[in-house]
Amino acid sequence: MSLELKGITKEVGAETHIYETDLVLKEGSFNVLLGTTLAGKTTLMRLMAGLDKPSNGEVWFKGQNVTGIPVQKRSVSMVYQQFINYPNMTVFDNIASPLKILNVSDAEIKARVGKLAELLKLSKMLDRLPKELSGGQQQRTAMARALIKNSELILLDEPLANLDYKLREELRDELPKIIEESGSTVVYATTEPTEALLLSGCTVAMHEGKVAEYGPALDIYRKPKYLTSAEVYSEPPINTAVIEKKGDHFIFNDTVNWPVKEAYKNISDGNYTLGVRPHNLSLQPNGGKQIKVNGLVKVVEISGSESMVHVSVDEHNWVSLSHGVHKFEIGEHVEMYIDIEDCLYFYKNGRRVSL
Amino acid sequence: MNKIKASATTIYILFLMLPIYWLVSMSFKDTSEILGGFTLWPQKVTFQHYITIFTDPTWYVGYINSITYVGLNTLISVTVALPAAYAFSRYRFLGDKQMFFWLLTNRMAPAAVFALPSFQLYSALGLFDTHWAVALAHCLFNIPLAVWILEGFMSGVPKELDETAFLDGYSFPRFFIKIFIPTVAAGIGVAAFFCFMYSWVELLLAKTLTSVNAKPIAAIMTRTSSSAGFDLGLLAAAGSLTIIPGAIVIYFVRNYIAKGFALGRV
Repeated sequence: MSLELKGITKEVGAETHIYETDLVLKEGSFNVLLGTTLAGKTTLMRLMAGLDKPSNGEVWFKGQNVTGIPVQKRSVSMVYQQFINYPNMTVFDNIASPLKILNVSDAEIKARVGKLAELLKLSKMLDRLPKELSGGQQQRTAMARALIKNSELILLDEPLANLDYKLREELRDELPKIIEESGSTVVYATTEPTEALLLSGCTVAMHEGKVAEYGPALDIYRKPKYLTSAEVYSEPPINTAVIEKKGDHFIFNDTVNWPVKEAYKNISDGNYTLGVRPHNLSLQPNGGKQIKVNGLVKVVEISGSESMVHVSVDEHNWVSLSHGVHKFEIGEHVEMYIDIEDCLYFYKNGRRVSL
Repeated sequence: MNKIKASATTIYILFLMLPIYWLVSMSFKDTSEILGGFTLWPQKVTFQHYITIFTDPTWYVGYINSITYVGLNTLISVTVALPAAYAFSRYRFLGDKQMFFWLLTNRMAPAAVFALPSFQLYSALGLFDTHWAVALAHCLFNIPLAVWILEGFMSGVPKELDETAFLDGYSFPRFFIKIFIPTVAAGIGVAAFFCFMYSWVELLLAKTLTSVNAKPIAAIMTRTSSSAGFDLGLLAAAGSLTIIPGAIVIYFVRNYIAKGFALGRV
């Protein structure tokens, strides 16, 4: 029980930024805060850090109520999306600054900064000023400063968002390894589902100021409890449609129907929401259990190895993601195949059907 | 086309520099030459006027007085404006925008408005004819100016810098002195420069609030014109010397001023 949020809310003026939230993060765990922009990730992190006070509720850390305690007295570090370093200090002084405040001896500062700089590949830049570094180096400096004092809570607010693709991949691989040694509780905010999956650990899926779901990354991806967490965890967005269950068949658009899975036989008749991940909507039959629907091509995006085809299936705007290059004319009628075994079904209240 | 542009610029600069050239050249002429006829440069160069200024206490004390109250004023203005500008750039409070605007309106009032009440007030407080009187009176329009300039520079520093420092364990005063002030050093330079310049060239308040002990150089110059006829050469020398402090200060902040313009705060 490291960090506990007990019924916290955050209102700014008449707007609610965070709805009532309860969350318990285990000590030493790696947590990914996943959500679109404006989902409230940064607000939630600021509440965790103690930079903002919650409107209601309490923040507990290691069995202690830390709600009103100033950040200086808490063991928290934070890295922002922007590259924040002290512009008047060299990289060495930047990294060493939290230790200097703690009155750590010069020899120890030197040893610890040296070791961390080695890990983050900053050894050669220690005498430079932040403005003389590239973006990636600046962000690594900021990370080093956040890691140096072995805070019990480390908050990373989209730290890789402003970096180019190559650097992002590199740092994403290194980061968990570097952090793992410290034994700190980590919260990492990102907008990208793939990043959440690659970093593994636990995911806090956020949606419009609410924590939709909390659990191990893969579990939420495979078996989301709610439609909102499935939406947060799908890029491109998950395709949805309202379908009807009648007896032992699901009916889509009055025309297409397929038998209900054995496990779901006992759910009551009526309307459900069907969730189809973009890669489960293909443009060619693959020999598996599939049903066929007709679509109209709207936009085709080809990224070299993958094709993303936006289609309208009656009134629904859907996306199909498949390997290889598939060319279509805009306005062309296509046949699409849904992998029916991999579909998700949700009740009207957004809960996933799981029996 | 480029030739026209270049020559136009040259003519313009010559036009601007002409009075200054005339002043400097006059300061090296003797009185008979100045009054005698039209000469483009001194026919017989004399340093007599400068020697008079640097040896006669009634002259050089004027410079010391001016520098003293201008320096005091710059120091007070910037020191007071720093926390005020920080508050305006970082916090939202009731009436903050109105207060910011009200500060600026102080600059819009002519100095003459403040001359009489200041004179009465400082006389009553026993500050009349001291450097402090002028330094404090000039704060009236220099502090708003410094707040305005510094607020622009401070708003350009992300709030996350402050938060990072607090998370690192910095107390507010330590953060402000060790990190924030060096970060906005350029803004402080620009603000100090403008405070210096306004205080240096302001004559009305400085003249009203002093009589003997703290008399500024500009006031001494106006006196001379009426004593033993016109000693134009001496006046020109004194005028040339008044340009120098401003030129020195502008040399140090020349690179930052452009940044101030970019922020729309200069």
